Amino acid sequence: MLQIINMYVNGRREELAVDIRESLLETLREKLNLTSVKKGCGVGECGACTVLVDGVAVDACLYLTMWADGKHILTTEGLKTPTGELNPIQQAFVDEAAVQCGFCTPGLIMTAVELMGKGRRYTREELRKEIAGHLCRCTGYENILNALEKVLGYPKEKEG
Amino acid sequence: MYDIEHYVEAVSVEDAIEHLKADPDATVISGGTDVLVRLRSGKGVGGTLVSIHEIPELHGVDRLLNGTLVIGPATCFTDLAKDPLIRSCVPYLGEAVETVGGPQIRNMGTIGGNLCNGATSADSAAVMQTLNTRLVLQGPDGSREVPVTEFYLGPGKTVRKREEILTAILIEPQDYVGFTGCYIKYGKRRAMEIATLGCCVRVKLGAAPADEAAENGGGQETAAQDMQSGGNPESRVISDIRIGYGVAAPTPIRCYKTENLLRGRSAADPSVYELIGEHVLEEVQPRSSWRASKEFRLQLISELARRALREAMLSSLGNNLFA
Repeated sequence: MLQIINMYVNGRREELAVDIRESLLETLREKLNLTSVKKGCGVGECGACTVLVDGVAVDACLYLTMWADGKHILTTEGLKTPTGELNPIQQAFVDEAAVQCGFCTPGLIMTAVELMGKGRRYTREELRKEIAGHLCRCTGYENILNALEKVLGYPKEKEG
Repeated sequence: MYDIEHYVEAVSVEDAIEHLKADPDATVISGGTDVLVRLRSGKGVGGTLVSIHEIPELHGVDRLLNGTLVIGPATCFTDLAKDPLIRSCVPYLGEAVETVGGPQIRNMGTIGGNLCNGATSADSAAVMQTLNTRLVLQGPDGSREVPVTEFYLGPGKTVRKREEILTAILIEPQDYVGFTGCYIKYGKRRAMEIATLGCCVRVKLGAAPADEAAENGGGQETAAQDMQSGGNPESRVISDIRIGYGVAAPTPIRCYKTENLLRGRSAADPSVYELIGEHVLEEVQPRSSWRASKEFRLQLISELARRALREAMLSSLGNNLFA
């Protein structure tokens, strides 16, 4: 059964006829071609499909599209500036080589964007807890934490 | 695509009950972190989902004038853990729900769903047992209150009827004021993990009658070392204690016999730790599963009780609540 919903995706209003059975993951990928939203486990274990709904990080695979009616959705496609520059988090991932196969990257970046929105700083230990809902099978997380710490951590004390 | 036939977004609790009553294949969905996973695994397919996701009155935490805490069942774990009332009145409940899944799951999963799902491994289960929480269930014929200690019938089964909605979770002041507590979750990893065992111990310490305090000569040194705090355990007795478990039986449980045995004992008496570890074993029925054997669970049941009791005592004596 199709129903019409209105949602704001990456700042743009989208009026869509969606099947009531759709997950937000399917709608974003298949109807709006936002393929940064990755399908991993499909049951909320891996975090690859993380997007922000009204500023809150959720697994899009466990989110009924019907719930998104009237809400603001943000994916990594919505992060770049009009002049094409990267968001500070994305730049930090590049600088710290926090990307290998790239499958977990968009989800991790969206969690980091959620944390940025809270306007506070985090210790490395706190960051480990905040990214506990993401699985990365390549990097061993060290470079990811380095990148996150660069943007969200406390300023490093000068050495020597 | 989720394998469902129909979907209804309820605008109010009454509306949700109406839809549940009209359609015998309808199930309630709140945060969806259990229901949608179950659908994905091919269980309960082909039915109707009645969503209570967007009903505002089911969200948030409030305190009534008489001190009763009212938790909206659709409050997600993240919001519950950071709620100022939860942090000040029942911090161990906030700590317990902070161990659920990962951040994204805690942003969606709700405290009401954690209860209604009926799992013995629910992270809030052990704490809720010790709080004597009362659950308000609203159905086509009105509302009724069920104590959480009588809510569970078996694994995944509760007394909630299919067309009933959990509308409030109540914690009365006599069940939290003056208590300190500790919840310990044992799992193989610290995130994205279902509890192998969960244990909550809460204590309320009172002043010891003068003669009893004088008799407590022996064992003070060990106890004092154990406490490592500014409190004075010699002059305190355990005036109330609550012990709750998840995964120690097919449903969440309380250990009333052990509680009765420990009530009235001196907080300085080192034997309380041996007693709790020994006697809880008589009140549990853990099973072997792929996660852990029965034998290992029994060991956890004893050890976590001792540790949780120690932590609960420390937080009571450490901040001199009754000084």
